[in-house]
Amino acid sequence: MAGLGGACLLLALAVCVYGIGASLYGVRRSRPEFSDSGRRAVYALAGILTVAFAVLEIAFLRNDFTFNAVADTSSRTTPGFYRAAAVWSSQEGSLLLWAWLSSLWSSLALFLTRNRMRDVASYATAILLGFAGFFISLMVFYANPFATTRPAPLEGAGLDPLLRFPTMMIHPPMLYSGYTLCTVPFAFGMGALLARRVDAEWIGAVRRFAFAAWFLLGVGILLGARWSYSELGWGGYWGWDAVENASLMPWLTGTAFLHSLMIQEKRGMLKVWNASLVLATGTLAIMGTFLVRSGILNSIHAFGGQTLGVPFVCLIAVMIVGSIYLVVSRRGMLRSEHRLDSLLSRESIFMANNLVLVGLCFVIFWGTYFPLISEALTGHEASVGPPWFDRYTVPLALILVLLSGIGPAIAWRRATFANARRNLLVPALLGLGTVALLLVGGVPGDPGALAMFGCGAFVIGCIGQEFQRGVRARRAMSGEVPPVALLALVRRNRRRYGGYIVHLGIVVLFVGVAASSSFKHSVEPTLSVGQSSKVGAYTVHYVRPTATVSPAQDAAHTGSTLALGAVLDVTKNGRHVATLYPSEGFYASDEPSQGSVGSLIGGQPVSHVAMDAGVTRDVWSAIAPDLETPQLKRIVQIGNKTIPFARPEDALIAVAFLARSYLQHPPPAQFHFIVSPLVMWIWIGGLIVIGGGLIAIWPSGLALRRRARALARAESAQPGAGAEQGLARV
Amino acid sequence: MNPARKRTVRLTVALSAAVVLAAALIYTSFSAASPALTPSQLLAQARPGHSYQLTGKVLAGSVRRSGSTLDFSIEDRAGGAVVPVAYTGTVPDPFREGREVIVTVEKRNGAYVGERDSLITKCPSKYSAGPPSAGKQSF
Repeated sequence: MAGLGGACLLLALAVCVYGIGASLYGVRRSRPEFSDSGRRAVYALAGILTVAFAVLEIAFLRNDFTFNAVADTSSRTTPGFYRAAAVWSSQEGSLLLWAWLSSLWSSLALFLTRNRMRDVASYATAILLGFAGFFISLMVFYANPFATTRPAPLEGAGLDPLLRFPTMMIHPPMLYSGYTLCTVPFAFGMGALLARRVDAEWIGAVRRFAFAAWFLLGVGILLGARWSYSELGWGGYWGWDAVENASLMPWLTGTAFLHSLMIQEKRGMLKVWNASLVLATGTLAIMGTFLVRSGILNSIHAFGGQTLGVPFVCLIAVMIVGSIYLVVSRRGMLRSEHRLDSLLSRESIFMANNLVLVGLCFVIFWGTYFPLISEALTGHEASVGPPWFDRYTVPLALILVLLSGIGPAIAWRRATFANARRNLLVPALLGLGTVALLLVGGVPGDPGALAMFGCGAFVIGCIGQEFQRGVRARRAMSGEVPPVALLALVRRNRRRYGGYIVHLGIVVLFVGVAASSSFKHSVEPTLSVGQSSKVGAYTVHYVRPTATVSPAQDAAHTGSTLALGAVLDVTKNGRHVATLYPSEGFYASDEPSQGSVGSLIGGQPVSHVAMDAGVTRDVWSAIAPDLETPQLKRIVQIGNKTIPFARPEDALIAVAFLARSYLQHPPPAQFHFIVSPLVMWIWIGGLIVIGGGLIAIWPSGLALRRRARALARAESAQPGAGAEQGLARV
Repeated sequence: MNPARKRTVRLTVALSAAVVLAAALIYTSFSAASPALTPSQLLAQARPGHSYQLTGKVLAGSVRRSGSTLDFSIEDRAGGAVVPVAYTGTVPDPFREGREVIVTVEKRNGAYVGERDSLITKCPSKYSAGPPSAGKQSF
């Protein structure tokens, strides 16, 4: 099987080389049959990599430890669900996932544009195959996922317990889909510049892919935040960690692009800016992959070793130099067709929004890469912490939210002050009223959070007004009842109203972030059974300890040998609120030096967080039980001495004995309790964004019908071709 | 003013504002940054009131809890200099003796105090293509 996988990689590399050659030859010599062949090479690549990925996935599911990747990141004790996800937790597997997803998305993009912009698409084909070829070469020469060892080890090292969390199944594929999709607009942008066809057509063609990249990257980021909040014994959702920042940067420039491309579509302006944003987004996506995979910066997620650094730096350098050269050399073609008419126009608001987004990206870029910058400039490695990021990102985020309300309320080209006042008066009063109400209501005065609540109310007012006016206009026209009119309004104009819903979701998300970060209570008490601790307005009482032994009994189904936890009773003003069951899982390690019993529980321990989530607040709890008491240590020592490695079931009995001893004489345990308000609105806001994004991205029935009619007309002009065939192609 | 001149002025103003902002950002990043040091470097150059990013291995047998404070010592990767740290805040799951960690510390009254929630553990060996982190704790 490994042989098949390795052969697939070599074949894939050959296909890449052929496809690049064919599509470049086709476009330079105007031989469309070669361009078509290059495009079909991408489809073939997708097929070959699908086989390669299936081979690796099957090896993981079958526990085939002859594969080094399987032996390093999976084991028999790893539950089946997580074995399937373990594929992309290894360096090699994640490279294969990248290449595979890239080939799938490239195929889709090239298939959808197969009858348009042939020259641009040919260059794009070559560039996309270049990216795929780069990642396949990394696998062939540096990190082969199909490397094997014989004889196979009897047991693998197991999936890192931290990654045993349901969203692990979907978070990396989402993030990687976002990253790989970012390279599609990059390739088409490069293609348009190379082919000197920088009209509105390529912008229109890449819009969908830019939007899909933005959407999937956003979902990936959101799932990552959710994982951080509910799996890591930390209780935060964002820590300005290098890898988090790396995924946020292309998302920010992508957001800027999605707004500024509207100006190019409507007014033929900002062409240089749009081309630069597309190229920057693609480059930042590759840099993000590089950051995760190279381990060049200290990060909680530093997965990789240093081996992949040099090839990635070369690729990024080529991308940056190529982008700058092309934009500069084609600047004559990228002239604006219009000038900005007025500072009070939607164009100028969009430009301001673009500047803020790019400014945010610059702040994050500088902070993330600061250790490298400072080492290069001063010779000393130094880094900036979360407070530094907050100082700049909080005001920028406030401006951004404000602009997201103002933009839709101002007309294109030239708005009058009277018009702007009429559109903004009610929302502004709503925002100020909210702030006044909160101040009177005695909400503690954190200026940043208060400003965010005010801005949020303002934007919700703006969006509500837009919907209300649209519905009123529709009712005046058609006399529909309001809900029908609302639905029809959104359906007729998905992009616009989907966009408003996205804005609404972002505002809700930001309000959740502001509330939960400003008004959070957090304590880390050490409690014995029967003791209580106050956190905010709540009292948490340690009722009794809990323990489960053997992977089969693990309540969270993550395959831990031993899980020690607590039953917590949460009360507020003497009234029962919730009962929580946090625990910590102990996993088997692959270190024989820890002894027959010690190695069963000597792997990395992982918190299983328990929380009572609510619309107004979350009560969050984690426990770190003490396994280091003399009594428990003695049980492990005696077990190690008397039980040989060949008797794992006896060793498990010793672990059960240890658990019983822990239950009978529970030592004081370390707890972490957090009460943070409105956290749930972060996830609700995220879901609203996803819903709005789906509304905007879904191919509208109207466009489909229009295309079907056009096809039917074309078919009827050629008798013999059935109409069904035309419809099937739609 | 003719429109072309007006645009030039506007562009100049906007560009200078951007340059000023970027300069402020860059300046503060240097003054707010904490240098990354090993224990031996820290012992040689730490000044009270400044914060440093201390990188090294958690010394075996040095981890102790008292109330909400976690006391542990960090030694050079190759052994040698040892810095005791009093830390409060979140302790990441992978934290244990012998593992490489990064923590932001400040010298106060001759002792090293860890900044709240600043403790980061370097990745466990399973993920790295490089050498595995040495010396896992054994019972």
